[in-house]
Amino acid sequence: MKERLESVGIEMDPKKRSGSFLLLDQEVKSVAKYFEGVEIMPIRRALEEYEWLEDYMWKAVKADDVEEDVREDFNGYFIRALPNAKVEIPVEACLYLSRVKRQRIHNVIIAEEGSELNVISGCTSHPKATGMHLGVSEFYVKKNAKLTFTMIHSWSEDVEVRPRSGVIVEENGTFISNYVLLSPAKLVQMYPTAYLKRNAKAVFSSIVVAFKNAKIDMGNRAVLMEGGSCAEIISRTISKGGRVVARGHIVAEAPEVKGHLECRGLILEEGEILAVPELEAKCPNVDLSHEAAIGKIAEDEIFYLMSRGMTQDEATSMIIRGFMEIDVKGLPPALKREIDKAIELAERELL
Amino acid sequence: MKDVLRLVNLGVEVEGRKIIENVNLYIKQGQTFVLFGPNGSGKSSLLMTIIGNPKYRVVGGRIIFKGKDVTDVPTHERVKMGMGIAFQNPPKIGGVRLIDVLKHCAKLGGTEDKIEKYVKMLGMEDFLNRELNVGFSGGEVKRSEILQLLLLNPDFVMLDEPDSGVDVENVAIIGKAIRRLLERDESERRKAGIIITHTGHILDHVDADYGVVLHGGRIVCMGDPFDLLDDLRKYGYEGCVRRCLRRS
Repeated sequence: MKERLESVGIEMDPKKRSGSFLLLDQEVKSVAKYFEGVEIMPIRRALEEYEWLEDYMWKAVKADDVEEDVREDFNGYFIRALPNAKVEIPVEACLYLSRVKRQRIHNVIIAEEGSELNVISGCTSHPKATGMHLGVSEFYVKKNAKLTFTMIHSWSEDVEVRPRSGVIVEENGTFISNYVLLSPAKLVQMYPTAYLKRNAKAVFSSIVVAFKNAKIDMGNRAVLMEGGSCAEIISRTISKGGRVVARGHIVAEAPEVKGHLECRGLILEEGEILAVPELEAKCPNVDLSHEAAIGKIAEDEIFYLMSRGMTQDEATSMIIRGFMEIDVKGLPPALKREIDKAIELAERELL
Repeated sequence: MKDVLRLVNLGVEVEGRKIIENVNLYIKQGQTFVLFGPNGSGKSSLLMTIIGNPKYRVVGGRIIFKGKDVTDVPTHERVKMGMGIAFQNPPKIGGVRLIDVLKHCAKLGGTEDKIEKYVKMLGMEDFLNRELNVGFSGGEVKRSEILQLLLLNPDFVMLDEPDSGVDVENVAIIGKAIRRLLERDESERRKAGIIITHTGHILDHVDADYGVVLHGGRIVCMGDPFDLLDDLRKYGYEGCVRRCLRRS
């Protein structure tokens, strides 16, 4: 289990983390906090302790979007950065699926006014698990706050994953999301959505690999609700035998907003990628753009690197790695390291 | 002097089309050849064949490198044996940083302690974290190519138009680096090479021992590179070829 946890960036090391949370199936296994400005607790306890938390439930994600059992009977984490707290060292949260058929999760993260919070969330499963991971995550980024949320998924082949995530970013707030899925899964279906108020900003980056038999339908949506808000959605998708629908949707609901979508796909040997970039403007004076491309590894690139003495595998690996390299501005080095580690693990599988 | 490269009756096809025919060339340690020829005469194809690009199919003859038949040896093995090439138009590779490729070259060439020095020599300090050839100018692409070769430190150097699309200042920088690469300023040279040039500008900075003119996939002239360049400038390729044929 330790190995599985490490593969999704979970270290349980007080020196490298501000806090730690571990959920096994439906049961909270450990909660630890190493930094003053941050609160971490099981969501059930947080709901008992803070009456006001009810106001945050089902506000960023619609209750109708999930099945009844997920609404009624859930567990999960509550993470909150106190006003003006700068939590640079990441808080880690791990959701481990082992025996249950339906792992029902409800998470809430709140970055209070003026705070900065980094969260690394690793979701993984027992190699022989066959259940479903049904996770609701609601994120609230208050005025002038910044939340960087990095999620690394590493599932086993028979697991189905259907997270439902919503983010509300208040005035001048920033939300940065990184999603990494580099291991086999039977099915992943998700479409996290950010709602942006005045001058708020969201950056979504995802790196997804679909192995044989996997069905992955994922994307990011940004709703630019008020002027000055902006969003960037970047995805890199690799299919090695699986089917991927790579979505992206930016909605401009107010003038003076800006959004850009970039989907790039790469098919290794065989597989299917459907890129669906959507731009939707509901008023004049908006600036929305997208680019989408699906290709293969160019032979001249492989040959070029071989002429520098690399074997074909080394050259291919360097090119794939380059393809997955997304330069995320404002990503803390600790999170970048975890993403790089996950990519390194995946590289071996891809060749 | 030891043999470095021997092309024996080399014939090459690309997609079923013959592009090199009956080429014989013999290059020894310390020698630098210049390869002239009009567009489409097979110059780049010849270098691509020597380095082992699989698109170029050897249909006749052999390539002997350092006494070994390498006709069927894959590119990276040839490079490990001591071949190196600077491309005329290298591909852009998104996400792959120049420094990562340089580190690889230096490891192979045993020049890890010289990275900083050579980077400075070619003025590439600001490009190390840039994606390979993405947004590079003509001169920057050439400087990056030569830099990679310096670190790879090959015994046999192939340079495909290192001076094309490059301004005067850059030609001087590149010329100096090529002299180093080919050990032209050393009394005892171990390196050998072939340089393709259209303009001949690089010859203002790098002397060479022999000139070869390729025409229609065959070697048609051989001689002093500077005399050949004079002829080419005066009479053009067709005129030069006629004069060569007459002489022979």
